[in-house]
Parts: sequence; C-alpha cells; structure tokens
Amino acid sequence: MHGLGKFFVMQFKLYLREPLAFFFSLAYPALLLLLFGFIYGNQPAPEFWGRNFGTVDASVPAYTAIIIGTVALMGIPIDTATNRETGVLRRYRATPLQPAAYLIASIAVYLVIALLGMGLLVLTGKLVFGLRMEGSWFSILVAFILSAFSFYSVGYLIASVVPTSRIAQAVGMVIFFPMMFLSGAGLPLQLLPEGLQKVSDFLPMSYVVRLIQGLWFGDSWVDLWVPVLVLVAMLALGTLLSSRMFRWD
Amino acid sequence: MSDDMKAITVDGLRKRYGDVTAVDGVSFQVENGEIFGMVGPNGSGKTTTIECIEGLRDPDEGQIGVLGLDPWLDVYELRERTGIQLQSANLPRRMRVEEAMDVFSSFYRTSRDWQPLLEGLGLGDKRKTYFSQLSGGQQQRLFVALALINQPEIVFLDELTTGLDPRARHGIWDLMREIREQGTTVFLTSHFMDEAEQLCDRVAILDYGRIIALDTPERLVNQLGMGTRIVFQVNGGTQTGQIRGGNGSHEAAFDGAQIGVIDGVQRIELTGDKVMVYGDGSNLVSEVINSLETSGVSFHNLRTEQADLEDVFLALTGRQVGDLESPVLI
Ligand SMILES: Nc1ncnc2c1ncn2[C@@H]1O[C@H](COP(=O)(O)OP(=O)(O)OP(=O)(O)O)[C@@H](O)[C@H]1O
Ligand SMILES: [Mg+2]
Repeated sequence: MHGLGKFFVMQFKLYLREPLAFFFSLAYPALLLLLFGFIYGNQPAPEFWGRNFGTVDASVPAYTAIIIGTVALMGIPIDTATNRETGVLRRYRATPLQPAAYLIASIAVYLVIALLGMGLLVLTGKLVFGLRMEGSWFSILVAFILSAFSFYSVGYLIASVVPTSRIAQAVGMVIFFPMMFLSGAGLPLQLLPEGLQKVSDFLPMSYVVRLIQGLWFGDSWVDLWVPVLVLVAMLALGTLLSSRMFRWD
Repeated sequence: MSDDMKAITVDGLRKRYGDVTAVDGVSFQVENGEIFGMVGPNGSGKTTTIECIEGLRDPDEGQIGVLGLDPWLDVYELRERTGIQLQSANLPRRMRVEEAMDVFSSFYRTSRDWQPLLEGLGLGDKRKTYFSQLSGGQQQRLFVALALINQPEIVFLDELTTGLDPRARHGIWDLMREIREQGTTVFLTSHFMDEAEQLCDRVAILDYGRIIALDTPERLVNQLGMGTRIVFQVNGGTQTGQIRGGNGSHEAAFDGAQIGVIDGVQRIELTGDKVMVYGDGSNLVSEVINSLETSGVSFHNLRTEQADLEDVFLALTGRQVGDLESPVLI
C-alpha cells in the first residue's frame, strides 16, 4: 500500500483535468437546480410533496442521486475501460501498486467528487433558494455513502464486462438516462403518468432518491428499510460480481 | 544450489493461446550483471517469454526463478526489486512527466533521485508536459525512466528502442551499459539485430517460440565462419566477359583473378559494377586494396562488412528477421 496517498491525489487531479467529467459531476446538477429553481421557486407545496417543502427542497436530494449515478454509471466504466484499453492498468500492474490500492484510491476519488457535487448543490440551494432540510446531515451523509458504494460497485461491474471504452459509454448512457427520468431523480415522479410511476419500483436509482429524500424530509431509518435493503443487496451483489470479473488486461 | 547465483533461470517454459504455442519449451539462464538480449521476428514469443518471467503472465509449463523468487507467487517482492518496461503501455493522457515520476517512485519502498534520470534521458525540459503531448520516442524514454526508478536489481525492457531516433538509441544503449556497471542485470528484447549485437553480452535468438541459438554475439557470428566481406565498385562495369582480363574491345575494368590468388579469399561475386570479395584473415583488406592498386584498377566506394547477427539468423532459418511473421505453430 506504498504511495496510496500520493496516488489518490494524482487520481483526483486527473479527474479534475477532464473538463467533461468535471462538468457533469460537479457543475451540471447545480445548474439544473438553478434552472428549475428559478422556474418553480421554492414555495412550500404540501399538496404536491405531501409535506411542507418546495421544489428546490425536494430537488436537492433527488439531484444527489443524479450525481451518484453519473459518477457510477458513466465516470467509473468509461475511465476504467479507457485505462484498461490503453494499457494504463497494465503499466500500474508492473509496479508494486496492489490492485486493491488502485481500487481504493479510485473509489475514494469518486466519492470525494460526488460529495463535492452534492456540496455545491446544497450550497446553491441554501444561498439562492433558502433550502430547507428536516433530517440530520449525518444520516444523509451515511445514506449518501451507502448509495454511492452501492452504485459504484455496479459501475465496476459494468467496467468489468464491457470490452471497450466506447461500449462502456454506450452501456452507461443506456442505463443512466432512462433511469434518471423514471426514478424521480431528474423530475418528480408525480409528473409522470401513473403507469410509468410503477416502473420506478424496478429502478435502483429510485431507492437512492427515496432514501435520501426521505431522510431529508425527516423520515426515520426504520421507515426507509426498503431502500436500505435494496441498496445493501445491490452493494453486496455488485461487489461480489465485480471483484470476480474485474480485468486488468 | 548454484542456481541461486543466477539472476534469472528459466526451465522448460511453455505458453499456449488456444491453438497457438507462443513459447514452446524455452530454457536459459541469465547471469548477474549481464545485458541479456532476446531477439527474433514478430510473433516469435519474446513478449510472452519476458512477461512470464516478470510475473505478468501465467506460464502453462516450466519453472522460472527470478532473484531466487517465483514470479507468480512472490510477485510483489519481485516488483520491488525489478523494473519493467512493457512493449505496449500507456499513462493517463493528462499525467505530467514529473507527476508520473513522482507517483511511480512512491509505489516503491526505495527509489532513486529521478531528476538526473530524466535529464539523462533527454526529458529534462519536458517535466511539466502531459504524457499525451510527448512524442512517441519521448514516451518510450519516459517508460525507460519509469523502469529504472526503483534502482532495480534486474530491469526488463521489451522492445527497448523501438521508435527512437538514432541518437536517442545510442543514448539508451549508453545508459544500459552504465546501469550494468552499477550492478543491474538487464534483460531486453529487440528485433533489431544490430542492437543486440552492439549492446548485449549474450543473445538468445528466438524463432517460433524456441531458442535456436544462445551465445555472445561474437561467438554466434564467428561460428558462421563467414569472415569478412569487401564490397567496392569499379569504373566501367564488370561484365562477366571482362572478368578474366580485357579481351573485349575496351580495357578490362576488373580482373578478378588478381584478387582470387590472395591468401584467405574464398569467393568473388560480381553484379553490375559491384564486386564482393568474401574471405577471412587479418590482412585481407589491405592485400585486396594493394592488389587493386598495383593492377591499376580504378575502384571506389570500398567498404568492408563483417557478418552480423542478421546473417546468423538467415543461416539458421533461411529467412531474414524482417521477412515475415512467424507462421502460427500448431
Ligand atoms: N494475449 C494473447 N492472446 C492470444 N495470442 C497471443 C497473446 N499474446 C501473444 N499471442 C500470440 O503468441 C505469439 C507470440 O507473441 P509475442 O507477443 O510473444 O511475440 P513477440 O516475439 O513479442 O512479437 P513482437 O516482435 O511482434 O513483439 C503470437 O503468435 C501472438 O499472436
Ligand atoms: Mg513483443
């Protein structure tokens, strides 16, 4: 595990040097919030949300799921497949850097990136729209980390099975975009026709939205046992499969 | 065990890919502190062999010892003590040269001061440059630097100088000799026969996954018994009819018989105005020139050629190294 710290910093810098990845994981969700915040405002709308919250209050936790999804389903598979395809992973494998160290540093970077994205989102909400939150930040952080790890394990699973970075990109988009619109992350489920709303039960991202939004609105962990269970199961399965199928070459 | 004294021992190495036998029973040993080269045409199994020794590929059969370690089981210990340059690899596009050196040196328990290493490889002014903005040859040199960053006991270099200009090539050769003086064993592959000949203490020639010759370059060449070749051009051409004294309408351009009687000359070949004299003996060249001058033959472009590893390969296989890929062996 020699050099883990330096490697983490390096990976972090490399991520920030990719303008597109940088934009989509950090700036894009905050811009989305500004856009819809200015359109709908943040007046409490209990008749819509079932509680005393406004659009921005509900969107910040929902967009958090978008951030996790972008990093997990686009960032991780594309970066990893590119590094494998071009022989970067081979070059690392020819040093004493252990595979576990590579993964730990990379996952830590993706976690920090997603946290920064969420931080920017929360900051924008607070400064511009007077964001409200009823739960505990600590609980939300825990839920965030669970959701991120759970999705990242799936990201690494995709990275393991796709042969090239182009296919990684295609697969990531095909999974990510429909899920973003049908899970309540990109827009409130209430706006969808009833039939489509049911689809969200089958989409993992919905459970991230339900968990983080629920905690945000002040629900307790006990009330949210279903999303927790789904995400834990996904984490276990994703980790098991991706650790078996991961390829360095 | 006397094998403990060797840097590398390989015994009966075999590796198949489906129907292709990439390495077909290779055995050899590398001494501590030597520059050992493995040459052979494309697809002859060099990369497969070197990567099995490095512990990057799992051989199907055979025993390998590197510094007394098993490259597959003791892989991390081996990584600490060896350096590797891969035939094909990459760094992240936007990693700067100095960042690569810094990060890679942090992977090792011990590493050397890499600034002089970069300078020595002509990358001193490229420290801030992104990897993707280096030229191919500069990237190659950076990979050589990375392979030496931990002051390895053995350094493995797969296609050491592919893509380098002549000056960079000679620079790398000098660097290799220098690190050998510092006690590092060098194991390299190449498909440049001249590189193997000039740089290596011993050379293994690989063909179809087998070693077909292994010795010092001098001995490999001498065993051919091809001696020296003297090549020159004569003015006026050397039509076959004119060889034995000018009985044509114009003056003899060249009289092969004069040279044919010199001690040590074995054969004379003529093509157009080009003459090739084959033979051996330490005075051969001066006697041939003497003879040409006394008989008044006007010649130019005289040069001598020694047989080289290229000829060795040709003699052993009937092919030139660059001729064709090794056909697939079933
Ligand atoms: N990963 C692989 N999968 C399938 N076949 C392979 C693989 N690696 C090598 N081979 C085959 O094994 C043989 C030897 O390949 P190898 O790369 O060892 O040759 P080489 O001597 O290094 O050639 P070159 O000079 O082109 O680098 C070739 O026929 C090649 O097609
Ligand atoms: Mg090769």
